[in-house]
Amino acid sequence: MAILELNDVHTYYGHIHALRGISLRVELGEIVTLIGGNGAGKSTTLNTISGLLRPRQGDIRLYSEDLRLLKPHEVVAKGVVQVPEGRRVFGRLTVTENLEMGAFTRQRGEVAAHMERVYALFPRLKERRRQLAGTLSGGEQQMLAMGRALMAQPKVLLLDEPSMGLAPVLVDSIFDTIRQLHGAGTTILLVEQNARMALQVADRGYVIQTGEVILHDTAANLRENESVQKAYLGVS
Amino acid sequence: MLKTWFRRLSGTDLIMYAIGVTVTIAIIWGSLATLASGKYSLPQWQDLVVFGLAQGSIYALIALGYTLVYGILRMINFAHSEVFMSGPFTAYFVARALDQSGFLERSPVVGMLIVTAASMLTSLVIAILVERVAYRPLRNAPRLVPLITAIGASYALQYVFRGLYGSGVERYPELAIFKGEWFLAGVRVLRTQAVVIVAAIALMAVLYVFVMLSKTGKAMRAVSEDKDAAALMGIDVDRIIATTFAVGGALAGAAGILYVLIFGQVQFYMGFVPGIKAFTAAVLGGIGNVPGAMVGGLFLGVFESVGPSLFLDGLGIPAPYQLKDVIAFAMLVLFLIFRPSGILGERLATKKA
Repeated sequence: MAILELNDVHTYYGHIHALRGISLRVELGEIVTLIGGNGAGKSTTLNTISGLLRPRQGDIRLYSEDLRLLKPHEVVAKGVVQVPEGRRVFGRLTVTENLEMGAFTRQRGEVAAHMERVYALFPRLKERRRQLAGTLSGGEQQMLAMGRALMAQPKVLLLDEPSMGLAPVLVDSIFDTIRQLHGAGTTILLVEQNARMALQVADRGYVIQTGEVILHDTAANLRENESVQKAYLGVS
Repeated sequence: MLKTWFRRLSGTDLIMYAIGVTVTIAIIWGSLATLASGKYSLPQWQDLVVFGLAQGSIYALIALGYTLVYGILRMINFAHSEVFMSGPFTAYFVARALDQSGFLERSPVVGMLIVTAASMLTSLVIAILVERVAYRPLRNAPRLVPLITAIGASYALQYVFRGLYGSGVERYPELAIFKGEWFLAGVRVLRTQAVVIVAAIALMAVLYVFVMLSKTGKAMRAVSEDKDAAALMGIDVDRIIATTFAVGGALAGAAGILYVLIFGQVQFYMGFVPGIKAFTAAVLGGIGNVPGAMVGGLFLGVFESVGPSLFLDGLGIPAPYQLKDVIAFAMLVLFLIFRPSGILGERLATKKA
């Protein structure tokens, strides 16, 4: 059963037609990846789901509930939480305060337990919990951004370029975390420039080009697909 | 390093530094001359400092409203001086009613608390109204646009209140409990001044704890850093912005009652000067910075109270006290030239670490 479903979604930036009828679905417990070049509309898709952008046409459903007209904070309350591109942690709040903000929609009583779970996933954050987030390294900030989103106990986690700007070692560790979350049953929609890594962790993938889905298949098949290899995996 | 600094020095810089040095010398010269002449006695200086602290704590409370809103919207809410005026002006009628019924005589403390609550509530409602009507629809407009509506809202409010309550000066009833003076370690403090300073410090402490420790306060800080990221965390950004205006408004309403304790009267135009002084204080402290507004307010209050006698008298300027506004705004200009980030403000370059 599809947990998150987009049907013919059109989004505009002013006059620019950025999404030209995106349709996709994410099943419970799956990792689905969107791959595509710069400006293809990957982040636009996530921001449309999150309610930062309002689609002019089309359907966005969580189970059968319509998300299309909700504001960003209402989408979060429904259980769709995004880790934005570039991490966007609150630099002048401490690590703990950042995590508390992630749990903004949750009841006060649950917060401590969720925080322990995030600290178990990222022990590094626990060591630095009193530090201002702005003083963390890039990799730690990415962990914090992911931990912060997990505080909301998302039904679907939207990850926008989690590996951006990180050293290769850290990219591996972030993808390990994604696998770990997958193992724990988290449903993830992953946007990545690093198509090779993304297709290794994902179950299925969609290839987006100029605001349209041009291809979708299982990740294994996409890895073997010749045009995908040429365009996104650097195989000639 | 010194060499590159010299090379970068432009003609304007030279003039600026010349002005800075001249003013500094004039201040030191004037102060020394005043002190050498012995024209003012120690108790007189103490009076000026205490008055400055009382005045400054009022500035600080109003300045918090400017700085909170600036922190979250990067916008100067020029209607804040009218938010400040609306509270005590409206509460005046509550005070008059309580006074006529004799309640204010019988239980002055409860009475004044009621009046203060009325003032805070009015200012709070006006602040939320201004945000909702004049700013929220323009949230995504260029930054100059809300600045202009802010000025429009300011005038609109002034004349709405003039229309409602008239253009006369109204005197608050005087209460016996606020008369008299205390001596603290030999320093004379009028009762009203003591009440003002203590109340302002208490309110600022409450605000600081609220912003640092409460869930809403943390959300306010998160929104002020990154609105979209805050929204993606499930924070209702519009509600947090409205809350910010409400908090600033309530503080301004309280400041209005403290203002009345010292000056005793209200009028539709009363917001202008304290408003612009408080804005100055917010800039001096570092706009957007909560402790900065507090420090800036107290600093400006003392500076403009002590300044005229200390700096100008010694230079032989007649009737220096009338020049206290000149001193306040001259200091604003100097700060904008030499330390635009304010006393506690971060340097802009280090802001995005």
